[in-house]
Amino acid sequence: MIIQGLAFYMFAAITVAAGVMVISARNPVHSVLFLILAFFNSAGLFVLMGAEFLAMILVVVYVGAVAVLFMFVVMMLDISLAEMRAGFLQYLPLGAMIGFVLVMELGIIGGSWVIADNVDKNFVAPIVAMKTTNTEALGNMLYTHYVYYFQAAGMILLVAMIGAIVLTHRKRPDARKQNIGDQVSRHPSDTLEIKKVSSGSGV
Amino acid sequence: MVEFWWTYIWPVIWILLQILAIVVPLLVGVAYLTYAERKVIAAMHLRRGPNVVGVYGLLQPIADGMKLFFKETVIPSGANRIVFVMAPMITFSLALVAWAVIPLGDGLVVADINVGILYLFAISSLGVYGVLMAGWASNSKYAFLGALRSAAQMVSYEISMGFIIITVLIVAGSLNLSDIVNAQKESVWFIIPLFPMAVIFFISTLAETNRHPFDLPEAEAELVAGYFVEYSSMTFALFFLGEYANMILMAGMTTILFFGGWLPPFDIAPFNWLPGPIWFIIKMCMLLFIFLWVRATFPRYRYDQLMRLGWKVFLPISLAAVVIVGGVVLAFDISPLANAAASK
Repeated sequence: MIIQGLAFYMFAAITVAAGVMVISARNPVHSVLFLILAFFNSAGLFVLMGAEFLAMILVVVYVGAVAVLFMFVVMMLDISLAEMRAGFLQYLPLGAMIGFVLVMELGIIGGSWVIADNVDKNFVAPIVAMKTTNTEALGNMLYTHYVYYFQAAGMILLVAMIGAIVLTHRKRPDARKQNIGDQVSRHPSDTLEIKKVSSGSGV
Repeated sequence: MVEFWWTYIWPVIWILLQILAIVVPLLVGVAYLTYAERKVIAAMHLRRGPNVVGVYGLLQPIADGMKLFFKETVIPSGANRIVFVMAPMITFSLALVAWAVIPLGDGLVVADINVGILYLFAISSLGVYGVLMAGWASNSKYAFLGALRSAAQMVSYEISMGFIIITVLIVAGSLNLSDIVNAQKESVWFIIPLFPMAVIFFISTLAETNRHPFDLPEAEAELVAGYFVEYSSMTFALFFLGEYANMILMAGMTTILFFGGWLPPFDIAPFNWLPGPIWFIIKMCMLLFIFLWVRATFPRYRYDQLMRLGWKVFLPISLAAVVIVGGVVLAFDISPLANAAASK
């Protein structure tokens, strides 16, 4: 138990520190790197809870895909720090409000723990009690009880994806594209002509 | 005190020993993979390859390593120092940590976790960070272009790899790598039912490791050397080692998913005399030979063709394969998972 405890505090401390660095780092690329560090340590926390499937999915989806795109965009942006500073005061009230709401909600969760002192029994990782692997348990849940919600989530993502493609796709009539069918069906005899050239006479 | 030793100190030492037992042969393997690459390609070109240092040039990788070790590490003045130095370390350590879940034999694995294949997939999808960080931190346009190409390429091919892994999972009925191999023991190697998937998977691993014919990130003719132009000495060596360790890792992954891991080809007398890890290594060597063979044979893809292959050819095929394989498994009721549940 001691080792789990130490590991928890390590992951948690690094997650929080990395989270702070995400918003306080001067360089946006560093922010993204700290975000990745935070994701990683959250995955560690999931593993400690026995939610290994979620941990891996967190790394695959967020670190392996989403953060790569973030990084991709942030690297190519030419962000001037002075401009960002200028907007700081303007957005301060809004940011402060969101922060306040979040802190209050966290407080309510903490409070409910104290008020209803047997509620924490519900938080015990349910999969450990089921004695199956994570993946099996999640699959059984998602594809039986929650199949409609799951499909609905899939549809929403599909619509979002199509929307993003439609919004950003533009026809470029001047772009020259290769027609693969034409290319593959080309035959040497259509384009090449081999002539026998006797020496000294030219073509 | 004795209890403290056995519960806290000894497990740590034991894990460290296991890690050493994996990492040291791996590094030797990486060194001799570079040698094998030069020799194989030389043979295909009708050249001799390295033959001066040691017998048949066998000490060449060690000489190369020494040379790189004693060179000066140059950090460009415009570079972002911390990220610049971190990038090769990340590439290299990611190539090593993935080996924690690879079963070399029956039960011969450092961490036999239930989501082994997802772990491998996650680690291999992180490889792009080393490249991106190197390209950005170098503050050089060639390095940056190489990194951008690499990021786009790796993200594209990962998707079809993911779907192919799903088809294997449907057939094997487990995410645990040892269970996947054992499922092949009970039936056949998955290359037989899933042959087209194995081919696509292998081509995707070529793209994922930035190997020929998909080595656009380091296309020397247009980008000097791509994302690691600015690296020298050991920082360069770490990239180099990481790239070759990744090749070995991908060969290992293909072996486990499609070629039956440590299993002998036939479970009869002359074949099952050899122990499992030897079979595993033989299969990996065959796959690595194909990696080298491809490099000596094919010209480099053009960038738009590379993207087309990933998104318009492999992605639809692998998506269809998930549906077809899933459908067949369901229709003929041959899912090992359902059978296991029925026998319970």
